[in-house]
Amino acid sequence: MTDFLFFIEVVVAGLLAGTMYSLVALGFVLIYKASSTFNFAQGAMVFFAVLAFVGFMELGLPFVVAFFVTIVLMGLVGFFTERLVLKPLMNQSEDTLLMATIGLGFVLEGLAQAAWGVEVRRLDLGIGDFPIPWIIDSTGLFISALDLTAGLVAAVLIIGLALLFKYTKMGLGLRAVADDPGAASSIGIPLGNIMLLVWTAAGIVALVAGMMWGARAGVQFALVDLALKALPVLIIGGFSSIPGAIVGGLIIGASEKVLEVYVGPYFGGAIEGWAPYVLAIFFLLWRPEGLFGEKIIRRV
Amino acid sequence: MNSNFLFMGYTRSDVINLVVVLAVALILIPLTIESDYWYASILIPWLCLALAAVGQQIVMGYAGQLALGAAGFMAAGAFACFNLILRVPYMPFPVALMLSGLIAAAFGVLFGLPSLRVRGIYLMVATLASQFFIVWMIDKFGWFKNYDTSGIITAQDIVIFGKPFTTPLEMYLVVVVVVAVLTILAINMTRGSTGRSWMAVRDMDIAAESMGISLLRTKLQAFAISAFFCGVAGALFAFTYLKSLEPVAFDIKLSFKILFMVILGGLGTISGAFIGAAFILLFPVVLNSLGNNVFHGAIDATIISAAEQVVFGALIIVFMIYEPLGMTKLWENVKQRFRFKREPKATLPKPQVT
Repeated sequence: MTDFLFFIEVVVAGLLAGTMYSLVALGFVLIYKASSTFNFAQGAMVFFAVLAFVGFMELGLPFVVAFFVTIVLMGLVGFFTERLVLKPLMNQSEDTLLMATIGLGFVLEGLAQAAWGVEVRRLDLGIGDFPIPWIIDSTGLFISALDLTAGLVAAVLIIGLALLFKYTKMGLGLRAVADDPGAASSIGIPLGNIMLLVWTAAGIVALVAGMMWGARAGVQFALVDLALKALPVLIIGGFSSIPGAIVGGLIIGASEKVLEVYVGPYFGGAIEGWAPYVLAIFFLLWRPEGLFGEKIIRRV
Repeated sequence: MNSNFLFMGYTRSDVINLVVVLAVALILIPLTIESDYWYASILIPWLCLALAAVGQQIVMGYAGQLALGAAGFMAAGAFACFNLILRVPYMPFPVALMLSGLIAAAFGVLFGLPSLRVRGIYLMVATLASQFFIVWMIDKFGWFKNYDTSGIITAQDIVIFGKPFTTPLEMYLVVVVVVAVLTILAINMTRGSTGRSWMAVRDMDIAAESMGISLLRTKLQAFAISAFFCGVAGALFAFTYLKSLEPVAFDIKLSFKILFMVILGGLGTISGAFIGAAFILLFPVVLNSLGNNVFHGAIDATIISAAEQVVFGALIIVFMIYEPLGMTKLWENVKQRFRFKREPKATLPKPQVT
């Protein structure tokens, strides 16, 4: 029984940690849906946003103000990205755009480090990274408060974004642009504004993801590498699906922990580093478009 | 490849270029440059990384497969070479070097398999698996590191036909010969039917397949040859530049660097690999000496390394927008302006990674 309880605990911890990957993947999906751009810089945006946030806090700004100032800053990043990177590269192949966003990622990482330095910073959200007592008492499971918060925040963000897409005029425009940018702009939907909105939304998601990661592992450069793990998440979930990002994150989170605990010891441990990628490869062989993605049809 | 194995199929200017480059590399440089710094810190790493970039160029610039794991294959090559020399008695260095390239090539085939089903960023993620897996494997299994616990293993001396090559100049000569041979091989391949198949697959794989080019064979061949180049480059890098073997030297950052060399240098050209490698390697050196000499250390080292990142990233964007064919194309343009009217050269199809 205790074995089973331990297994549940591993799975739950994995699922909750997976929501953190989902948060990074979510920003990715937002941009991909609206502009068919694989935004490789999403990881760098996470790092940039949370470093800016901590930087503003250090200047003495209160939590809420720093949060909103960072959002404005991410909006600016989105604005300049749209103007300087995406617009000149319109109608280029997806891979050209991908390489450009790799460049963008390096620019953001460099700017963040130039502005706020390289030392590891602690971020205290007032939520401890320790098991919640009442859950231990009632079920015997050890579940970290931070994990649980990340899960709740992810849920709120997703519901919010889903509502935004479904019921607002902006959301309608966004879906139109995602469907066919040319047709959308010909009926008067402002492409630039929509892109700005999407990049700002991706920036907010990046900030939230960065705050969660930062509270756990410290605000540091390693966040960029952690964010790379959002890529296998996207492959499993599909690049164009918000539910896919969530489910993919959960699958990666849970399987990574289960593999680490039950299979890892046979290989000397620390297989977390590559297990998600190998998992993604097997997934690719089975369903290249991901669980929720649209089927890719290519013609000569 | 077999039809024009040596000089056949080359124009006279190709042969002249080759002779000039070899003369400079093998005679002029050893005669004029005396400072060890130049060999040990600039020429050797440049040639090693350029060779890895040639490997990346083959898989990405020629075969059009967006792979991001060059450093993983380099690690495989480096540690294969270390173990071959360590464990096989009387193993000559050149043989060990080639064998380690072949071992890396085997990994290349294994991790190239996903390319048969996926492309673009999907493939990139799949090849990231190789990067993380290979480095993890070397790190975790003590056998590869000969149960060394310090994490850093000193590389063995290079001995060829009983003669040790230990000074920077001697090591440089070894590197030049290996890189020259492999580069000529790469140029031959890209000009022959092998390279034509790669480019056909790059430009439109479905069309290439319907013309009778086997995607399986072509893609896996590109991955294998690319990994071979990276493997040999990794072994040279470890034995002549780092002079030690540590898995962390071959992390994802190195893979990105090699990717940048290829993109900035120019996709689909062998010379692009060399130009890109020179730029990526020299730019930080220039920036650092600028910081030291012009601003007298007034600028923080953090800022300098951050500036380096910003410049690399911004250049990628600028090149993607204005000159997707990279610095090689810029150089061609400059040459074109000063060239008198000559017969137009036959041009290869323009690369476009799709």
